[in-house]
Amino acid sequence: MKKIIYTRPKSLREVRTHYCPGCGHGIIHRLVAEVIDELGLREKTIAIAPVGCAVLAYNYWNFDTTEAAHGRPLAVATAIKRVQPDKFVFTYQGDGDLAAIGTNETIHAACRGENLTVVFVNNGVYGMTGGQMAPTTALGQKTTTTINGRESKIHGNPLPLLEMLKVLDGVCYLERRSLFSPPEIKKAKDALREAFNNQIEEKGFSMVEILSPCPTYTKMTPVDNLKWIEKETTKTYPLGRVK
Amino acid sequence: MANNRVLISGNEAFGEAAILSGCRLYAGYPITPQNELTQYMSRRMLEEDGVFIQAESELASINMVFGGSLSGVRSMTSSSSPGISLMQEGISYLAGCELPAVIVNVMRGGPGLGNIAPSQADYFQSTRGGGHGDYRTPVLAPSSVAEIFKIMPKAFDIADKYRTPVIVLGDGILGQMMEPVDKSLFNIEVKEYSKPWALKGCKDREPQLIKSLYLASYELEELNLRLQGRYEEIAEEEVSFQSNTSKEDELVVVAYGSMARVAAGVIRKLKKEGIDVGFFRPITLWPYPSKELKEISKNIKKFLVLEMSSPQMFEDVKLAVCSSDVRVDALGRMGGVIPTEDEVIEKIKSILK
Repeated sequence: MKKIIYTRPKSLREVRTHYCPGCGHGIIHRLVAEVIDELGLREKTIAIAPVGCAVLAYNYWNFDTTEAAHGRPLAVATAIKRVQPDKFVFTYQGDGDLAAIGTNETIHAACRGENLTVVFVNNGVYGMTGGQMAPTTALGQKTTTTINGRESKIHGNPLPLLEMLKVLDGVCYLERRSLFSPPEIKKAKDALREAFNNQIEEKGFSMVEILSPCPTYTKMTPVDNLKWIEKETTKTYPLGRVK
Repeated sequence: MANNRVLISGNEAFGEAAILSGCRLYAGYPITPQNELTQYMSRRMLEEDGVFIQAESELASINMVFGGSLSGVRSMTSSSSPGISLMQEGISYLAGCELPAVIVNVMRGGPGLGNIAPSQADYFQSTRGGGHGDYRTPVLAPSSVAEIFKIMPKAFDIADKYRTPVIVLGDGILGQMMEPVDKSLFNIEVKEYSKPWALKGCKDREPQLIKSLYLASYELEELNLRLQGRYEEIAEEEVSFQSNTSKEDELVVVAYGSMARVAAGVIRKLKKEGIDVGFFRPITLWPYPSKELKEISKNIKKFLVLEMSSPQMFEDVKLAVCSSDVRVDALGRMGGVIPTEDEVIEKIKSILK
């Protein structure tokens, strides 16, 4: 007798991907969709897509979605959740969106303890605009605006957002995960489930940071990019529960 | 005798009139001279079971309005000139996403940090779109505290009807001034607009999307054509003004907001001297009452545009009455200086000489 062990979540549409080969967004979109299905949240979900490669997340997700100005998803999400507290509201944001142009919105939504969930995709570069340095770019990492590698004296230091948010009372859960192996992907999904559940249980602000590959702008093969994240990126951004 | 009047400031009137118009989300950031409005909302929204959020910046305020609006709730923010500049990004997104919202600007002197004195220097910013892209915002300019109670419901109705952000343009005088208001103005009937586009979760319907990104040029042009069509409709339907002219008038003073109050005083004084001057006050600054001004210019050939700014509305008047036999003059003071009645009278006399 056949048993179905892998199928498309209802929260994911049957469309072709536009993401580059080896990009992490496809995996994370799917993990989000799986968790939303498992928790039965699809019909009450309102998602906020960022500006960046993942702006087109709504082409993949099969639930209500809007798109915020660059950096502003958490201001938009704050109002949606305050007006519709019975809905499940999450933002999906990249490092530039969340930790550069939107740092203010991020910190204050977290500080207010808004009952929201943030999926933070950290790939260490600005992908959509051509691989420039992101706030999260590691020291030594080459990008199109740090051609000899990021140097703290010239370019400043990488921003450890979760560690910064940890001190805020309004924040209930912070975890950093990755996608470099199947067990790691499973852990990322577990973290998303916990973060989504926190909102259902009205515990406050939750954020899951996922170290995600961008082979196009790290100029690596997809496999090398994953190995690099495992060996190198995790030195700057250690995996695990931050709060 | 029953007291049917209340004494209320313009800033508080903006807030109360918004609540009476069904506004249930307010987000704002402190800035003078509109702080009484934010403070008023922080108290009244709680009483009305609405949402009040003191935002971390005007960028956040306008995006909170975006979130409230896409949820289908009448949403508004308020600020003063520098804060409104920060909101322009968000206003452009509201326009691009076809979302209703009301933004009150209690103008102060600029540019830059300027000062906190009353001004009308944001006329161009308000009437020409203000942010990036091909869009316009309807602009309503009350000139008394009482009129605020008529303007605010209108602003929310226009916003909902045409799915557009609407600017209500006041200034530091109007915001700070207290005036008696007849309580009958508090009887505002809230019109209900169906909002099937609102995001409320996809239960019993297909998932919906609110966005302003259209990567294909033809699709983005389609959005723009839809918006332009709506702007034409607004220009046709929503023009509003107050006019008091007669064929005997030697000149017409055109002024809006607080300046229209100065203009009215000037006209009264000149009347006593036997000089007949007409009065024209645009209530909608966009769409501009151009046709009506053009009509007046058939009989009266001299216009003076009175502003608390450089000649800005002056350009709209010139566009409206443009003709070789019509003379348009401007009198504007900047930086928060309010033209005095004597100054205006002197100007009018020099024109009529």
